[in-house]
Amino acid sequence: MEAVPRRARAYVACTVLGALFCLLPLPATRVSWSAVALLALVYAACEQAAARWRVAGTFYPVLLAGAFLLPPSAAALVALPGALLSRADQRPRLPRRGRRAAQLVLGVWAASAVHGALGGRDAVVASDFPYALAPAGAAVLAFCLVLTALDGGLRVLTEHVPLRRAWRGLFVRSLAPVAVHGLAGLMMAVLWRSPYGPVAALLVLLPMCVSWWAFAQYHRERAAHQATIRALVQAVDIKDGYTRGHSERVGQASMMIARELGMDDERVEVLRFAGILHDVGKLGVPTRLLRKDGPLTPEERRVIELHPEYGHEMVRGIGFLGEARAAVLHHHERLDGSGYPYGLVGTQIPESARVVAVADAFDAMTSTRSYRRARPVPVALQELERCAGSQFDPRMVTALVRALVRDGWHPAVTAQEEPRVPAPPAPVAAPARAHP
Amino acid sequence: MSARPLTVLIHTCAALLAASCLAATCRTGLEERSTALAFGVLVTVGELSRWTGARVREAAPLAAAGALSYALLGEDAGQATHHGAPQAVAVVLAAALLGSVPHLARGHGPELDHLARRVLTVGFAAVCFQPLYSRGVFDAWHGAAYALLLLALLALTALCDAVLAAALAHSRTRWPFGPLLRDELHALLGIGSAVCATGAVMALAVAVVGLWALPVFSLPLLLTQLSFRRYAAVRTTYRQTIASLARATEIAGYTPAGHALRVASLCRAVGRDLGLTRPELSVLEHAALMHDIGQLSLVDPVPAGATAVLPTAEQRRIALLGGAVVRQTGVDSAVAVVVERQADPYREQPVAARIVRAVNAYVEKARDAGPGGPLTALEELRLATAEQYAPDVVESLARVLARDSLTLPAAG
Repeated sequence: MEAVPRRARAYVACTVLGALFCLLPLPATRVSWSAVALLALVYAACEQAAARWRVAGTFYPVLLAGAFLLPPSAAALVALPGALLSRADQRPRLPRRGRRAAQLVLGVWAASAVHGALGGRDAVVASDFPYALAPAGAAVLAFCLVLTALDGGLRVLTEHVPLRRAWRGLFVRSLAPVAVHGLAGLMMAVLWRSPYGPVAALLVLLPMCVSWWAFAQYHRERAAHQATIRALVQAVDIKDGYTRGHSERVGQASMMIARELGMDDERVEVLRFAGILHDVGKLGVPTRLLRKDGPLTPEERRVIELHPEYGHEMVRGIGFLGEARAAVLHHHERLDGSGYPYGLVGTQIPESARVVAVADAFDAMTSTRSYRRARPVPVALQELERCAGSQFDPRMVTALVRALVRDGWHPAVTAQEEPRVPAPPAPVAAPARAHP
Repeated sequence: MSARPLTVLIHTCAALLAASCLAATCRTGLEERSTALAFGVLVTVGELSRWTGARVREAAPLAAAGALSYALLGEDAGQATHHGAPQAVAVVLAAALLGSVPHLARGHGPELDHLARRVLTVGFAAVCFQPLYSRGVFDAWHGAAYALLLLALLALTALCDAVLAAALAHSRTRWPFGPLLRDELHALLGIGSAVCATGAVMALAVAVVGLWALPVFSLPLLLTQLSFRRYAAVRTTYRQTIASLARATEIAGYTPAGHALRVASLCRAVGRDLGLTRPELSVLEHAALMHDIGQLSLVDPVPAGATAVLPTAEQRRIALLGGAVVRQTGVDSAVAVVVERQADPYREQPVAARIVRAVNAYVEKARDAGPGGPLTALEELRLATAEQYAPDVVESLARVLARDSLTLPAAG
């Protein structure tokens, strides 16, 4: 890993200095030190629990409750032990922890200052609702602004992203979760000051912790799920040696086409899966046929042409795949009705299948097979355009061409794949045929 | 033992309680209408956002927490409340009925179990709390002690709810009561504790700040509900994916169609009968789905995929190949262990592997044997309990088959 740029180091040093400046008036503050200690302890415990469950993100309710209860410098102190003890994944660890702690100190300080200036602390003591919501809202806004500004600043210095883009995305994404944490923090603060005391306040944290735990489980399960899908694809790759990496690339090309057609994110994701899984039915075709060099007999061809139906049979039980299942069944149909398995014509073919058909043919032409070398991208695109209307949907072909002109073709290289040789321009011979 | 009367008993109790509470409320009229309305709206919204479909413990955590906090509400912004236990039950019942209208309209049957549990738990909490509170028994409990008192009451209520849920499930499915209760109690640690804590916090917060506390605190709990829902959804799709991975061997012609699913559902039933915990059951089910996946690595298919008749060494080799494939899929490694060891002698096997081995052998032997097949297969398994199949698993399998009327229980 390259060393931290000098500018970034100076930036972090400034942040830490600012944080220290916030903590400076501490000795002169009159505050209930037991409350500060208890909040700091709870925050540190929550951070440790988060590290154990491997949740990304910080447990803000405790910090915001501190900001609503205590004067700025004391509230900022609450964040310090937890942040300094927290886990840093990458090296260098010490500066990272220091930066994190300094950012949180500054954020909490700003939140508490805004909240105090609007008379929030009195509203909390008197439990004056709905007025208490206004200072709390302003404090949440300040907290979010400071944290995202500091994060955005660092990104500008290290990754050279334009300031506005670096900051706006961060701010919009973090505002909603922080607002929910802010509500929980407000409830904690109100109950803390009520006759029921800190015990009732800590109860507020329990549902938040449970929600966190569920969130962590969700991510774990989702990772396992994706690994399983990848395993399905790998099983095909093992059988069909020369199409290695083909599935992933078709998934990528399908995604590019779908995005170019302006489909929403969910549908784009489904089409990526459609591309990845389109050949899964080859698991049902004898390995001997898949690996055969040279021309196939009509009999053998018929057996191989069963693979869309096998594939559909396999994936039809997976609910979330949605229209990707139709794509698996129909990705060898042609617009003129000469495809298989059903010989559908034109718009009878599901849209998802028309996308995958183009992506499949494109990758089949631009990757090296045992019987021929890869063709360059422009040649493959010409070929696709030539067959648009008879074999492929012209809309999909145009979308692929536009996407490739703009973004280029950078297929993700999987680990087992050999480096691709830049192939000499091959004479255009046989009509584009996706490998059977 | 016939268990169905238990359901009838619970439903009758709930109906009697609901009817008497409604009658009492009609006679006296509603106290503190705005509070009743606010909590009613909260419970209705909670019921409206209820999950349908995915199998989960608490389908409507927000409604449950709102209902419990209304049952335990003693003050509203510093003023003592006067709604008694009957009104609490009546308001919650009305709101729950109202909230289930759209679910009914969409064709999901009336969930009587769900309603009965809601009425009985709210009734329990309210009857424990409201009469004593209005008589001033809790006046000596101040501050933190009062908060802890509410929490203890809610914990007690949650225990009762767990017992009710287990009893209803036992009555419906006739699975053994003990493991069901253990699962319910285990689930209390998750969403159950969140519901209890939220119920207590809402009651306390309304006592301090009034009804504003309801919307402010519903939001974090909605977040919890959302996380749980996503978790449940991804679990479902994961199961579907594993099932279709399991079908790869069927598509490839190594095993007959439907074999993996049949083995998995029988394994699950046997696992339940033997009292496995939920995580163990899920490992068992995944392993059962993928138990034949090692055959994908074979050059020539085993005739009809029947591994139970192969020599032991060959069975073990296929099992090890299967374990290797499962390890690649990123599934829990416990599943791979079960798949790997499915052909070992039962005394060396983990319990899940014993179940997979016996059930797989039964399904293969019973498949093509005609009308008397199941009985003969079971008899063959019993004769091989010296080394290959665990006797308790075989007996459990016989019980499960007898219960589902798949075959008569063979005398043995």
